[in-house]
Amino acid sequence: MIDLNTADILETIHMIDEEHLDIRTITMGISLLDCADSDIDRACDRIYEKIVRKAADLVKTGEDIEREYGIPIINKRISVTPISMLLGASGGDPVKYAKVLERAATEVGANYLGGYSALVQKGFASGDEALIRSIPEALSVTDHVCSSVNIGSTKTGINMDAVALMGQIIRECAEQTADRECVAASKLVVFCNAVEDNPFMAGAFHGAGEPDCVINVGVSGPGVVRHALKKIPDADITEVAKLVKNTAFKITRVGQLVAHEASRRLDVPFGIVDLSLAPTPAVGDSVAHVLEEMGLEQCGCAGTTACLALLNDAVKKGGVMASSHVGGLSGAFIPVSEDAGMIDAARNGCLTIEKLEAMTAVCSVGLDMIAVPGDTPAEVLSGIIADEAAIGMINSKTTAVRIIPAIGKKPGEELEYGGLFGSAPIMPVNTASPAKFISRGGRIPAPLQSLRN
Amino acid sequence: MRAVITVVGKDTVGIFAKVSTFCAERNVNIVGVSQTILEDMFCMMMQITMDDTDLAFADFADAIKAYGNENGLAIHAMHEDIFNTMHRI
Repeated sequence: MIDLNTADILETIHMIDEEHLDIRTITMGISLLDCADSDIDRACDRIYEKIVRKAADLVKTGEDIEREYGIPIINKRISVTPISMLLGASGGDPVKYAKVLERAATEVGANYLGGYSALVQKGFASGDEALIRSIPEALSVTDHVCSSVNIGSTKTGINMDAVALMGQIIRECAEQTADRECVAASKLVVFCNAVEDNPFMAGAFHGAGEPDCVINVGVSGPGVVRHALKKIPDADITEVAKLVKNTAFKITRVGQLVAHEASRRLDVPFGIVDLSLAPTPAVGDSVAHVLEEMGLEQCGCAGTTACLALLNDAVKKGGVMASSHVGGLSGAFIPVSEDAGMIDAARNGCLTIEKLEAMTAVCSVGLDMIAVPGDTPAEVLSGIIADEAAIGMINSKTTAVRIIPAIGKKPGEELEYGGLFGSAPIMPVNTASPAKFISRGGRIPAPLQSLRN
Repeated sequence: MRAVITVVGKDTVGIFAKVSTFCAERNVNIVGVSQTILEDMFCMMMQITMDDTDLAFADFADAIKAYGNENGLAIHAMHEDIFNTMHRI
């Protein structure tokens, strides 16, 4: 007789069929350090050859696992060494790198490729500034390439020259793709305390301390957590936390299985499972709805930060035991445009940018996929980046800003992306100017790590 | 490898026969069965091995799912490890 419990089997199938349990991504990290060359064209040839060789079977392997285990694997992605490191060696037009990454990603069928990146938390090295200034063009002429810039960390403080520059770069990204829903800005993340093994886009890159090639997996599953909470409508919060923890354990175990299997089949070392609860715009797959299931009238009301803190912590506690190596961003994501509940709350004004900023202090990752009015000045965007980076720096956590100035649009209108990116209601922004502060430049010194109140 | 087939649908004559014939025709060996009726719904778990068949498991899983759709049944065939992993420490 079957030694598995019938109820357990049905629970698993129900999670997948009805509650949107899926593996969000298998991301192959590939080091391009050995592709560096003083001749940019030769470096590009090496990059193409290495990515196509290493990732040749990535998509097929993902699809095979999907069919055999019956678990949807939504994306197969690639992350590479920050391109600014290669640009530092070669010089030349950085967009050549973006184009070769696009060609390689298309050849192997990857959904996204991240790593058009620079790490400038303490200052600009050779190649860094040129790469950052090329981001608007690079993201306008490619579809699959994603970019990130790390402008601060707890150990170094915040590079305010980079903060000022990124406000302008984000605006240029939006302006250059104004006829395509300003899509370039949605592929650019500004980080504080960026992690080197993040499998999620747009912020994935393959850190310099990583092995030559590695498999990282990101799970999803807000729908499963919400469904579980529905079964205990009147339980106290201790019970709620326990149930989230148990559910996160089950979700993460599937991620661990897929990561192990992908690693074995591709003969590439397993890196980490990222425990993030990643929503999608599909109804029933929303982090906001999980918070509302805990007893909030709508996400954004008083109590939201507390519920999110509970959720984020319980997901980590459950997930850590389920996986042999946990890493990446690991926490609940709150990307506004990608979450049906957040979209509704932003539309009717219950969820504001200020509340989202508070929420980012207790969860992963930051102000994510937020559309703001098209006339928002660059220095206001820089001010938002500085605030978010300060939260990350002081709290020793990753924070990020992925914000989209919706060129030609005002609050009440929306950007429509479809697919995983969803639709972004344009949220009002406090427009009092931080221009003087931003124009000063320099660095915010690294914070004290004791006397923590 | 071992896998689990689940069959859920409105109870009618011959569901068990249909599914087991489908397996037998493809040399897929059934090693355990548990079946119950829940409020008019037929609900069956079969544990199978793919050791005697040349068929790739993923192809078999696709085929039996399609066969279920043709017959008004929700049929899943999934690698046993996904259940073991999720529900066992």
